[in-house]
Amino acid sequence: MKQVQDSSPTLNEDRVNFSDWIQQLLPKIVLAPTFVITIVFVYGYILWTTWLSFTRSRMLPRYEWAGVIQFEKLFANDRWWVAVKNLAIFGGLFILICIVLGLFIAILLDQRIRVEGALRTIFLYPMALSFIVTGTIWRWVLNPGLGLEKMVREMGFSDFVFDWIIDPEMAIYTVVLAGVWQSSGFVMAMFLAGLRGVDDSIIKAAQVEGASLPRIYWKIIIPCLRPVFFSAMIILSHIAIKSFDLVMALTRGGPGYSTDLPATFMYTFTFTRSRIGFGSASSVMMLAAVIAILVPYLYSELRSPTHD
Amino acid sequence: MIGKRFKVVLTTLAALGLFMTNVQAGEVEVLHWWTSGGEAKSVAVLKQLLEKEGHSWKDFAVAGGGGDNAMTVLKSRVISGDAPAAAQIKGPTIQEWGDEGVLTNLDSVAKANNWDKLLPSVVSKVMKYDGHYVATPVNVHRVNWMWANPEVFKKAGATIPTTWAQFEVAAKKIKKAGFIPVARGGQNWQDATLFESIVLGVGGADFYNRAFVKLDSKALNSKTMIRAFDTFRMVKKYTDKDAPGRDWNIATAMVINGKAAMQFMGDWAKGEFLAAKKSPGTDFVCVAAPQTSGMYTFNIDSFAMFKVKGADKINAQKTMAKLIMGPKFQEAFNLNKGSIPARLGVARTKFDSCAHDSMDAFLASSSSGELVPSMAHGMSTFSSIQGAIYDVVTKFYSSDMSSQAAAKQMAMGVQSAQ
Repeated sequence: MKQVQDSSPTLNEDRVNFSDWIQQLLPKIVLAPTFVITIVFVYGYILWTTWLSFTRSRMLPRYEWAGVIQFEKLFANDRWWVAVKNLAIFGGLFILICIVLGLFIAILLDQRIRVEGALRTIFLYPMALSFIVTGTIWRWVLNPGLGLEKMVREMGFSDFVFDWIIDPEMAIYTVVLAGVWQSSGFVMAMFLAGLRGVDDSIIKAAQVEGASLPRIYWKIIIPCLRPVFFSAMIILSHIAIKSFDLVMALTRGGPGYSTDLPATFMYTFTFTRSRIGFGSASSVMMLAAVIAILVPYLYSELRSPTHD
Repeated sequence: MIGKRFKVVLTTLAALGLFMTNVQAGEVEVLHWWTSGGEAKSVAVLKQLLEKEGHSWKDFAVAGGGGDNAMTVLKSRVISGDAPAAAQIKGPTIQEWGDEGVLTNLDSVAKANNWDKLLPSVVSKVMKYDGHYVATPVNVHRVNWMWANPEVFKKAGATIPTTWAQFEVAAKKIKKAGFIPVARGGQNWQDATLFESIVLGVGGADFYNRAFVKLDSKALNSKTMIRAFDTFRMVKKYTDKDAPGRDWNIATAMVINGKAAMQFMGDWAKGEFLAAKKSPGTDFVCVAAPQTSGMYTFNIDSFAMFKVKGADKINAQKTMAKLIMGPKFQEAFNLNKGSIPARLGVARTKFDSCAHDSMDAFLASSSSGELVPSMAHGMSTFSSIQGAIYDVVTKFYSSDMSSQAAAKQMAMGVQSAQ
């Protein structure tokens, strides 16, 4: 400041004020476009969709209020309940298996084994593929006349049957299978990072106390990983809820509509069948479900550290 | 000096400009999803014809999703007031766009070129909104075809069926001989294609119209519909179990290779046979689906024309409408696509025997009243109702739902989608 004051004071004072001002405002200026875009394109369109769900919009949006007629139709629609049930099966199993499997592989890799780098890459690699590719690969693998079933039969086991993908009751489990294959490696990487972050001295202390390795993991290390569970949960559940491309590539919602998920349901009715109001009602229900499940969870998880 | 030269340049430019506006060469922007093989070739023909007339063609192709993607783009363009000159829209959807008040009036072109005489009334009805022409047809597909491989039939000692009872006899023999009787692609529109042929065969054209055009719930939930569902399930016995999700052309390939005996599919399947260097009548046979020999389920592709601004653009648009209906384009386009011309008076000589059969049946059925719009291809109802019917048909096929329950659900589903 002193140096500045030496030469013409008023001008420099202005300059200082201006740069202070810029410095204060810069974060706001930089964030403003993102902020505006988010407000308009996320929250604005949520409101728009909600409004449309209370209208009779068909091919193009219309704005006359029609009450809850679209929701009544939605709840009476057999296909919607199939989609909801499928989301429960797919979401539940996908999240559970990904976390259990991811943690298990991470613990095995954490034992200071020799080719860990290579193994880690192999497990993580499916994440580099898009769900479309994953879906297409598994469609071929699971096709009874083309993939796994045919291969095993040609090996001599002529009674081998693995036809989940063409069985309306079992087809949704093939979606779980492909989803887990794709995402569990990523969960593994998250857990591995978490495991490496656990303080060695605690583990050493437990070893000195004579605790067995499984007990150390169960009682000490896994509880330390709670934040990782939290992140994995959030990431996996949003993958599950917005899941669309995987189903489209793997089963196209079939056989029949037995593997429909709410996202594919919404797309079909809004865009293929010109029922914008009806489709909007289904997306509003999806949003409501996400809010009902995620908000209490987020709330409890984000609060708890202050209590601990 | 400079001033004088400048003036000369100006007048030349003005004269040029005047000349240009006299010709009124304009641009037509055309939205379509004919992007693959034979279809792309067919569109290129139209582009060439238009450019010969001095207009320019702006291609607005949106591939994928069987037109869903293109429709989504079209909706956003129309809402923002920037509609293309023409878009590939067909069937009752033309009426939906007409309701929005965005389609242009083509009556002057129609009158000058005598469209009322050239088009069968069933076709012109689809092209008109509120009594005025708003769209131009490019082709007519027959949907109720059965494609058969005669060699497979011969090996199995079976004859090509003309009734569903005969079908069952033949299918049994074919299955016993180790072939797949029916090549099926397990996608909802393909199931619906087979189902509508069965409904037409079992119930006749009158019943078909009551059920799928007038959407009479007494017809949808009737004994005849239950019989149609029974027949549909009977056919299922003679398909292979790997069908779910299979594309239609893969199913066609099964017939071509002699793995399967028949396929129920519209006449676009012919393109696959021809591309495999098979000739109609000897290597493959095209016959009407059982019990529908004099009848005809039509699927007409068309271009709907939107209101555009600027005299040059309107002029180009009208020229395009005229060219689409012209015999030159209709011949070239339909030879590529496997369909038949939508208008009368196109030379038949270049078309093959299947197309000749289709042309004869089209004329005969249009006078006998047995020419019906295809439900499976969106010609008979709005897409919302078509979707409701699809849902019941595929649900029935992929579960052990009873025929009675299916008929009841179809009537209910159609009502709630209205």
